[in-house]
Amino acid sequence: MSGARGLPLPPSAAAEAVVRAAGLTKVYGGIAAVNGVDFTVERGECVGLLGPNGAGKTTLLRLILGNTYPDAGALEVLGLPVPARAGEMRARLGVVPQFDNLDPDFSVAENLRTYGSYFGLGRAALAARVPALLDFAALTERAEAKISALSGGMKRRLTLARALINDPELLVLDEPTTGLDPQARHLLWRRLRELTVAGKTLLLTTHYMEEAERLCDRVMVMDRGTILASGSPADLIRAHIEPQVVEVFGAGADAWLAARGAGQVERSERVGESVLCYVREERPLLDALAAEAGLRFTHRRANLEDVFLKLTGRELRTAS
Amino acid sequence: MPMLRWVAVWRRNLRVWRKLALPSVVGNFGEPLLYLLALGYGFGAFVAEVQDMPYLMFLASGIVCASAMNAATLEGLYSAYVRMAVQQTWEGILATPLSVRDVVLGEMAWTGTKAVINSAPILIVAAALGAVHDVSALWVLPVMLLLGLCFGAMALVVTALASSFDFFMYYSTLVITPMFLLSGVFFPLSVLPAWVQGLAQGFPLTHAVAVARPLMSGQPLEAPWGHLAVIAAYGGVAVIWAVWLLRRRLLR
Ligand SMILES: Nc1ncnc2c1ncn2[C@@H]1O[C@H](COP(=O)(O)OP(=O)(O)OP(=O)(O)O)[C@@H](O)[C@H]1O
Ligand SMILES: [Mg+2]
Repeated sequence: MSGARGLPLPPSAAAEAVVRAAGLTKVYGGIAAVNGVDFTVERGECVGLLGPNGAGKTTLLRLILGNTYPDAGALEVLGLPVPARAGEMRARLGVVPQFDNLDPDFSVAENLRTYGSYFGLGRAALAARVPALLDFAALTERAEAKISALSGGMKRRLTLARALINDPELLVLDEPTTGLDPQARHLLWRRLRELTVAGKTLLLTTHYMEEAERLCDRVMVMDRGTILASGSPADLIRAHIEPQVVEVFGAGADAWLAARGAGQVERSERVGESVLCYVREERPLLDALAAEAGLRFTHRRANLEDVFLKLTGRELRTAS
Repeated sequence: MPMLRWVAVWRRNLRVWRKLALPSVVGNFGEPLLYLLALGYGFGAFVAEVQDMPYLMFLASGIVCASAMNAATLEGLYSAYVRMAVQQTWEGILATPLSVRDVVLGEMAWTGTKAVINSAPILIVAAALGAVHDVSALWVLPVMLLLGLCFGAMALVVTALASSFDFFMYYSTLVITPMFLLSGVFFPLSVLPAWVQGLAQGFPLTHAVAVARPLMSGQPLEAPWGHLAVIAAYGGVAVIWAVWLLRRRLLR
């Protein structure tokens, strides 16, 4: 904790940095869950934090909330030092945790009112905000329902509405759409878009690359406690990956790669049953593959998932 | 008003309690009534007077204190543990401007409130049975608030250390039950061996009974501040300890 005060933050280039972290570190049992990360989040940005299980995403978000003390580094959120003045900072912050912690002792509307009371909101302020938030979460009809009677998607929307009760400047969302069906996910995406349009700053984690590409101005890829890359989805794809991907499936894929394929591609990756071939120009490769008997293949443009696979490795790590 | 943020935690618990207030108040009247009738009249038939008062009056003042202790303890152990570890209510609260200290103060204030809610009916029942001397017995209620805060804070220390509900059995068996039986609730301490009497002087419940009994029986109240200071000291140390332990546990 003493280290948190020791390290000075570099002066921010943009005046409007909402989160500034320098050398931020959190160690659990000798292993750095967050390992000296430096980053900023600018006002109005929607930033996605990507990383495999155990990468340190939740830990980083908990540091930002001031809900855990850093072992080293400096952190400023909404212009206030954290954790030193975290309480004050949290008055202007909204949080969607990875696992719902709605209050099962209360109805939907009571959840919003009770949460509002933690921010010191009085009866009048709540009477104005709660109906609007129920509407935003499409839960007006369910206002008196018990939490146990809600579906997963409804709970997630209520948690988002709850995070907005104090009209926060910065929203921190830990896997907001995990476990939701496509409809529920689309509804939540629309709500998050509305929030960015309204000028809110969003920092979210996700395991869905499509979600990150769709929502985020910028993504940060994290693994083993460090930030490996940061940039807009398009920039990251350009910087790290050949633009075209040809996926070759089936039993003959390996043999083909060993015999002839390796010479025809810039880079290849084995993922499960298939071989991903990365090329600048797909035409010659597709023609060559068409001449092979018994190989199945498809072509697509490179996307964020390819960047993610390249940066974080393909094998499932049993250690994490 | 950052100093009073904990009130929101207290109010949350009050709101939940109000939903189930009617059945729980019936229970609050029912159980002590049975105790007073069964033990008060049962033993009262053998022991007409204890310390110059009817046994029923002696017992009533003890039961008031014991039920305040039990109510605060149950709330600070099981209910608080559910909010901490099962429902993650505290995790939700800690994402707002409230701190661990606010959570502990709010929960402790609520255990004190529960102590008053549970002991007041006994006072009423005792009055109806003629086991209360006069209206100054109402001073017992603020004493029960203090006692509830003390036992609530102690229970929160145990909750902060608990890894499951089973852990609470040790505290109940090793701490609460000895106090319940050896603090002068059912019989005067003077009948016990000297070393047990000495031990009992270390129990906060003993000091609560020492204040509540004269207040309810109309006997002269001697040196109440010393007794109250002992209860306050236990509560004060416990609340600081609970905040320290819970910071370590929740803000890992
Ligand atoms: N309270 C804790 N005590 C001990 N170790 C912890 C604690 N919290 C996190 N860790 C460890 O820190 C590492 C990072 O965990 P974290 O929850 O931040 O990962 P994550 O990126 O959020 O993963 P996921 O995608 O599975 O949610 C893991 O190895 C985890 O075991
Ligand atoms: Mg996580």
